[in-house]
Formats: sequence, structure tokens, C-alpha cells
Amino acid sequence: MDLTFSAAHEDFRAEARAWLEAHVPPGPLPSLDTAAGFEAHRRWERTMFNDRWSVVSWPAAYGGRDVGIFEWLVFEEEYYRARAPVRVSQNGIFLLAPTMLEYGTDAQKARFLPPMASGDEIWCQGWSEPDAGSDLAGIRSRAARNAAGDGWVLNGQKTWASRGAFAEWCFGIFRTDPEAERHRGLTYFLVAMDSPGVTVRPIPQIDGETGFAEIFFDNVEVPDDQVLGEVGAGWSVAMATAGSERGLSLRSPARYTEAADRLLALFEGRGGPPASADAVAQAHMQAEAYRLHTYWTATKVSRGDAVGPEASCNKIFWSETDVAIHTAALDLLGADAELLDAGAPGQWLDGYLFSLAGPIYAGTNEIQRNVVAERLLGLPRG
Amino acid sequence: MDFAFSEEQDELRQGVRTVLDSECAPDALRTFELADRTGRAELARNRWAVLAELGAPALVVPDAADGLGLSDVDLVGVLEEAGRACLPEPLLETAALAAPTLAALLPDPTAAAALRAMVEDDAAFGVGGIDVTAAGIASPTEVTADGTLRTPRVVGARDAAILLLACRDPESGWQLHAVPAASCAARETPALSSSRDLATVQWPLDADTLLAYGVAAEAAVALLADRAAAGTAALLIGLADRMVAMASAYAKERHQFGKPIGSFQAVKHHLADARVALEFARPATYRAAWSLATAQPTLSHDASMAKAMASDAADLAARVALQVHGALGYTWECDLHFFLKRTWALSRAWGDAATHRRLVLAQAGRALPAGPR
Repeated sequence: MDLTFSAAHEDFRAEARAWLEAHVPPGPLPSLDTAAGFEAHRRWERTMFNDRWSVVSWPAAYGGRDVGIFEWLVFEEEYYRARAPVRVSQNGIFLLAPTMLEYGTDAQKARFLPPMASGDEIWCQGWSEPDAGSDLAGIRSRAARNAAGDGWVLNGQKTWASRGAFAEWCFGIFRTDPEAERHRGLTYFLVAMDSPGVTVRPIPQIDGETGFAEIFFDNVEVPDDQVLGEVGAGWSVAMATAGSERGLSLRSPARYTEAADRLLALFEGRGGPPASADAVAQAHMQAEAYRLHTYWTATKVSRGDAVGPEASCNKIFWSETDVAIHTAALDLLGADAELLDAGAPGQWLDGYLFSLAGPIYAGTNEIQRNVVAERLLGLPRG
Repeated sequence: MDFAFSEEQDELRQGVRTVLDSECAPDALRTFELADRTGRAELARNRWAVLAELGAPALVVPDAADGLGLSDVDLVGVLEEAGRACLPEPLLETAALAAPTLAALLPDPTAAAALRAMVEDDAAFGVGGIDVTAAGIASPTEVTADGTLRTPRVVGARDAAILLLACRDPESGWQLHAVPAASCAARETPALSSSRDLATVQWPLDADTLLAYGVAAEAAVALLADRAAAGTAALLIGLADRMVAMASAYAKERHQFGKPIGSFQAVKHHLADARVALEFARPATYRAAWSLATAQPTLSHDASMAKAMASDAADLAARVALQVHGALGYTWECDLHFFLKRTWALSRAWGDAATHRRLVLAQAGRALPAGPR
């Protein structure tokens, strides 16, 4: 057991830190959920990609640096330390890419991964439907063979697609065999958002901005080479993506340790009120525990071992940790907490609203608890 | 970065588990609790001899002092197993507290003699006279009318040959002593967890038993308190693991409304919450062991964080396990109560979760890793 980073890892950290210090835009970019903000964030992805910092753990052929999981974690620590912009490409690079690297054809990887890494093509996720949220296998959007027999015709509706208002591409699950058992008749599609028949209706979120969207599919033609994995195997391909979402790649611990550090500074800046001490300490410990747990899991991954069903605990823990950090901050701000100005209170408020989405997106925490109970504790399905 | 145990460490832990599965099964705990004083002493002696044969008590005693020369990282899995088995004997006090504390004081002759007794005579140790508070360490040891000292809640006095006892004088500061049990008067203090061995000990202040005084004693006692927090966290992790496993097994067996109760979400979610708390307390506990083994500057923060998280995880596991077992869990006949009571004792021993959160916060700025800062 050794909990220090090697000299090589520290060299990598120094290189990442120096690059970020020289390139991270000063001050926050305009909101990701506006057209102008979206483009500003896209330009930042291009800046990173140009110097091979956008997807460090990917193969060099697709724009990465071929580095291991610990380098990725170090990069993430530096990224949050530098207060760099939110990743507009996150659904693509953190969720779709690991799935594509596992299930995609060489042609698909070569076609889709580089523009995903550069921000030229931003992806959104077309999973949830109005009547299929937690019960994802209940999706009804369907795909049928086209008349020519060389592709598919998609019909139906997806909803709550983050970044759906501005994205170029969508990865989604559609029912290809209505007769099959509900988990079996599904297929994973890659769909261009400018395809004829795609209609996007942005949905204003709780903060009034259009963070996500409804997507309507009306006889949308999709060629065969835009199926990811086998036809009919969409559920298992989707579960690989869900594993990334809930496991290691979507939410690196640096996000929480950085927020917990800011909380600590806020606490000290407010004179360390004793009534808040317990909550601040708890938030700090949870962020730190998530970091340690990630190192534990990453050690397994770096040895080629399977992550294991323990990963199903992650999403519950990081989402609750985010809520704990932001609740403690708002409690410290007291009556100032409701102020929307651009300074510290507004940032904590934004973060608080977003943290409350955490226990809902990527599979609600209630679903995650079922998974923990059934896969880790062996309890029977209801 | 290599956050994992070695094969040897896993084997050591597995060996201890195998032994405790037979020597310290719930039936053995029941027999132990129903036995009289003489009977208990004999059962304890026999079990200790088995542990000594494995080398468990002297695991971290240095090679030069004829110990196994292993580290806190080797020990933490052994402690977890001791917690999992609800072991009544003072393994934490002997192996995790007395052994490294005495070893650090070598070549002091009193320390050397005490370590020799541990290695050669399989002496067990009790520990007392140190309380952990949010303001730091304090000593509950008092001076009595006849000039002897009285220390409440000494752990392990029944089985111990030697007691590691601390006292603090407002003017001259801390003293740490290794006192032969034979020269003490120990009065057993009945406690909730009746297999837990607590006593009020009256002991003579004697220059011959002195290990350290003043600044050196204070440093030794502070480090001992950190070791106790980290080691107790490991015991609690083991207890939590056991209780979650027991409750999950029961939830599969017990049927109501024609189904196993474990198929109901209300039950599943209770157990999942306990399992998640355990999952994240565990690496915090292992990190504390590594910080002790490698004398990290953050070891005090790390030990407090482990104790706070493990106390909360084990308390939650206890609460959930009792609820899932229902009325059966409330009976003495069901094995669960052994683990519940030990948890309720240990979650507060050596500083409860709230105390350790305050200690964590006091050190949080310094504890963050050098890199990301």
C-alpha cells in the first residue's frame, strides 16, 4: 500500500498545472445553457484538444495521451483546482466514449471520437421518455427497418436530454423488436440532430435556463453504421454507459474536494461559526472519502481487475456529498443565501440547485439503492 | 499510488478470520457471557493463546525486540476481523496501542521489559487514563485520599498482565506508566456489552513503572489516542460488515405477505444506506492505518476522520440491523445483540463521531494533499 503519487505522476501533474494556468480563461464563461455560452464552452474544448488535454486517457489516435487512470485523476484534480470551465462535451467524452471504445467498430471510433474530443460535435443523451424514467426498459420510441433495407426509421419522443438544445448528435435507445422481452428488444443508436424529422424543444429548468430538451423523432432515417453494438443488445450496451455514469468517469472526486475546500474557506471567512462546524466537517470528510474510495477502485482498474458491484454505491455517495457541501454553504451564508448576484452567494446557489439534480439524474438514488441491495447484498427482486 | 493490500496481508487477515470463526463464534460469545469470573478468565486465556500462536498481539513489535516487525497496514485487517467476531479480549489495546507505544520508547528498560513480557509470555495489556475530547486529550485519572491513583474505564484489565496507564498533573503534565496488574486493585465495572472488559483501577504512582513524563509523555499519549481512534475504526468497520451481512441474510429468510422481507424496498433501502456508509468508511480506515505506518504529518486528521466515519457507519448498521430483525433482534436469544452492544460502546469510545468531526475540522486545512493545493 502506498498512497503517494509517483514522480512520473507528479511530473504529469506539473505539466497539466502549467498548461491550465496558461490557458484557462479568466473568470467564468457565460452560461452553458445559452447559445453564446455553449459556443464559448465549445471553443474551450477546442483549445484543450489542440494541446491534447481534452481526453488524456484516450488512445493517441483519437486525440488522447494514452495515459492511465491515475494520470486522469491527477488531471481532474488540476482541472478543478484551476477552476476551469464545465465540460460541455461531458456526455460524449465521459459516457458515450467509454462505451464506444468497448462496443464500437473501428470505423465508428475513427469517425466519432476525434470530433467528440475537439468539441466540434457535442453529444446529448436520448434515454428518458415521458413514461420511461426510472423504468428505463419501458421505453416506447421505436426503430423499424427502412423500405430500402439499409437502415432504420426512428419514431418517438425523448426528454430531459441535457445539452439537447444545442447538441449536434444524440445517443439513444430505441425499441427494435416490440415482440421481445422488454430488456431484449432494444438497440443503441447514434443520431445526427440535424437529420430530417428531428425536432428539438428546449425545456426551461428550475433556474429558468434551457439546460435540457425534449427531442421528437418523426420518421428519422438512420443508416446501419450508426447502430452501436448489436441490434437487440441495446440494454447491455446502455448498461455499460450507465456504469460509466454511476461509476468512475462522470464525476471525478476532484469536483467535490475542490468544492469542499471552498466550503472550508467560506467557513473560515465567516469566523468559523460553531453551529456550522459539524456540517462543514462532514462535507469535507465525504469529499475526501470519495477521493480515497476512487483511488481504491482505480488501483483495481490499473491492475486489470474488474471494478465490481461496489461501484453501484458511488452515485448515491457523490450525489449526496454534493448536496451536503452546498447545503452547508447555504447555511453558512444564512440570509444572504438567496441572493442571485454574481459573487460568492450566487455561485453557491447555482451549485446547490445543480446538486439537487444529482440524486435524480443518472438513475435516481432510489433505483441505485435497489441495485446495491440486489447486487451487493443479494436481496431478492421485488 | 497503490491503494490495496498485498497477498500476504490478505492471507493474514483470512487466517485470523478462520481462527475467530471457530474460537469466537456467537455460541462462544454466549458461553462467555454466561460464565462466572473464573470461567471467563479461562475462556479468555485459551482464546488469547490461539491468537498469540498466530503472532497477532506482537504483530507490530519490531524484529529487534523479537516481534514480527510488521506495520499498522498489516494490523488493520486483523483488527477488522476482531471487530467482525466481537472478540472480547484486548487485542486492540495490546497489539495496536501498547506494542507500538512501547516500541517507540525503546531502549527504555521499563518499555523493553514490558515488550518482552508481550513477546515471550504472551502478556495481554490493558489501557486507560486517556480521554479524547473536542479540545484534545484529557486524563480522567484522579489522585485518591491515600495518594494512589484511580483510573475509570480501563479496558482489558481482567485479562491483562500489564496496564498502560496515563495521568496528568496540572503542573507537571503527563505521565505514562506500564503497571503490573499484580500491583493494581481492579474493580470490574459492569457495562452494557458484558463481554467488554472495563474496570476502575487503583494504582500506585511508582518511579519504577514510569515510561515517559512531561512533553515526551504527552506526545506518546497523543499518538496513542490517534492509534486508538484508527484501531477502533477498524473494529467498527468489522462490526458494521457483520451486522449488514446478518441483517441481509435474515431479510432473505424471513417471509411476510408471502415474500421475503428483503424484497420490499423499505427494507432494501435501509440496508443499502448502511452498506454505502460502510463502503466509504472503509478506505478512510485503511488510509488512517497507512498514515500511522508511514508517520504522515496528517495522521491525526486521518485517524479522526476514520473514527468519525466508522462510528457513524457502524451506528447506522446497528440501527438498521435491529430494525430489519424486528422483534427477534430484540431478544437475547438472537446473536445480533452482541454486535449491537459492542458497536454502541465502541462508537463512543476514544471520542464519538461528533468529537472527531471537530478534530478533523481543526486540522482540515493542513490535511489536504500537497498536490492539488
